[in-house]
Amino acid sequence: MNISSLLNALPGAVAQGLIWGIMAIGVYITYKVLDLADLTVDGSMATGGAVCVMLMLNGVNPYLALLCAVLAGMLAGLVTGVFHTAMGIPPILSGILTQLSLYSVNLAIMDFKANQGINVTKYSLIVSQRNVRQLGFDNPIFVTLIALAVLIALLYWFFGRELGCALRATGANEAMSRAQGINTNIAKILGLMISNGIVALSSAMLAHYQGFVDVNMGRGAIVIGLAAVIISDVLFSRLFRNFALKLTGVAIGAVVYYIVIQIVLWLGLNTNLLKLLSALIVAVFLAIPHWKAGISARRAGKGGGLHA
Amino acid sequence: MLELAHIRKTFNPKTVNEKVALDDLSLRLNDGDFVTVIGGNGAGKSTMLNAIAGVWPVDSGSIVIDGVDVTHLSEHRRADLLGRVFQDPMTGTAATMQIEENLALAARRGQRRTLRPGITRQERSLYRDKLAALGLGLEDRMTAKVGLLSGGQRQALTLLMATLKKPKLLLLDEHTAALDPRTAQKVLELSEQIVMQNGLMTLMVTHNMRDAIRYGNRLIMMNAGRVILDISGEEKQRLTTQMLMDAFAQASGESFANDRILLA
Ligand SMILES: Nc1ncnc2c1ncn2[C@@H]1O[C@H](COP(=O)(O)OP(=O)(O)OP(=O)(O)O)[C@@H](O)[C@H]1O
Ligand SMILES: [Mg+2]
Repeated sequence: MNISSLLNALPGAVAQGLIWGIMAIGVYITYKVLDLADLTVDGSMATGGAVCVMLMLNGVNPYLALLCAVLAGMLAGLVTGVFHTAMGIPPILSGILTQLSLYSVNLAIMDFKANQGINVTKYSLIVSQRNVRQLGFDNPIFVTLIALAVLIALLYWFFGRELGCALRATGANEAMSRAQGINTNIAKILGLMISNGIVALSSAMLAHYQGFVDVNMGRGAIVIGLAAVIISDVLFSRLFRNFALKLTGVAIGAVVYYIVIQIVLWLGLNTNLLKLLSALIVAVFLAIPHWKAGISARRAGKGGGLHA
Repeated sequence: MLELAHIRKTFNPKTVNEKVALDDLSLRLNDGDFVTVIGGNGAGKSTMLNAIAGVWPVDSGSIVIDGVDVTHLSEHRRADLLGRVFQDPMTGTAATMQIEENLALAARRGQRRTLRPGITRQERSLYRDKLAALGLGLEDRMTAKVGLLSGGQRQALTLLMATLKKPKLLLLDEHTAALDPRTAQKVLELSEQIVMQNGLMTLMVTHNMRDAIRYGNRLIMMNAGRVILDISGEEKQRLTTQMLMDAFAQASGESFANDRILLA
């Protein structure tokens, strides 16, 4: 347990955290903006990487492959959206159905292998683990920061437009949105598509970063995304009011999450227990608002009793 | 003009909870009619307004607003014809969005939402004037989240949103019921002012008989999913709450005794 091994692991944790931060921004859009818990992400977090890697193995330009990955993710979001709106299936179940079917789809994309490697020496990868300690333009931390900046700027722009406002209104109050002539079904589908497109982008970048895609790499992604959103809430809710800053906070939340994980591992936790730990932490943080409300209600009740 | 012809709406059909909420309801409103709607609990007043707004499809009958047959149009596709204010102040506005953003959403009712800006500078100055006219000081809080406003302020804002783009028909469903008496009075007066200024065809549900008599040029009473009383013009001006109660007892065979209708 020497400190230098921890420090050595930090750049990797930051890079991974930033890449997962992109995914967490996708989760933020469904969970916070649209007020839907979308479990599709556990599937689309592998789809993006699968599409990107397989296209590149077949000689497609890495940036074009990345774009196709995003489109594939959007398609997954579209399917969940149709399950939910046109078929009336509750959102959580819609996401689970897509997620499950994506497992087969992802395997099919990956030629029915559980993983597919992409060698950094043979292919030009946009981000790679290998460069994480190098200072320079191909450092994955640097590249991912740029990607995040562009993504946040785009989203900030979009959610200030008529269409983006309609999406936000749908998440805030559906009845009101319909009364104002917004097609809330379309808004939800669009939101799910944007979210899963972003998740697939993150997935493709993660596949580049680690040099392979694994059919299980999305398992538990929703929990990591929620963790990042919650950490950002806890750390920055007072500080970051502007939408762009909130998205930035979510990305930072993901980095914090990965650093904490790194520290916990360094303290000697068995890697296999990580998911249990993450789930418990997220459960506790999700419960905090509930507990707080309970406490203040009890206080109010007591106060009322005294006056009665 | 609004034409409701033989509207029927059954909730939970073919179950033990089956409830015929609108039973062959017909009603015709002329342009500029300001109609108050009264009736006991469960009479179908809200159901009628929801049927007009298209919250769900009706079983049979037709709904024509300003010459447009909206019977089979979904809620959002007929929204351009309608302005709505609800009983619950939470329903009409998006709490997590700013005052000016809520107004900008309402200003685009019936328009396709594109990648144009969600709100422009000219709009802001227009909204500032409109908000100032409400006399609630909201013009200085345009970027505040609507969730921070009081119920009365939210209803006033919803009223403004409902009429920002002049609707063919304004639907007010007990929109002052959740407010304290003084605020309710203010919001009612504001409603009348907006209706009169714009000559809006309006349906206003209320449980307060005095208000039902005082406002509007026409009064209808509903019971068991139908209109059982329809009074307008001078006759309406001569109405008293006692006459309304008698009319109700006569038409329905019950009395208002245990009802929520306010006599105060
Ligand atoms: N969504 C619904 N599902 C099932 N039943 C409903 C629904 N909406 C209304 N009803 C029933 O239809 C009947 C008419 O209800 P409605 O809300 O129109 O009454 P109302 O005249 O507005 O009464 P109130 O004065 O209480 O608001 C009631 O019996 C009610 O229980
Ligand atoms: Mg009602």
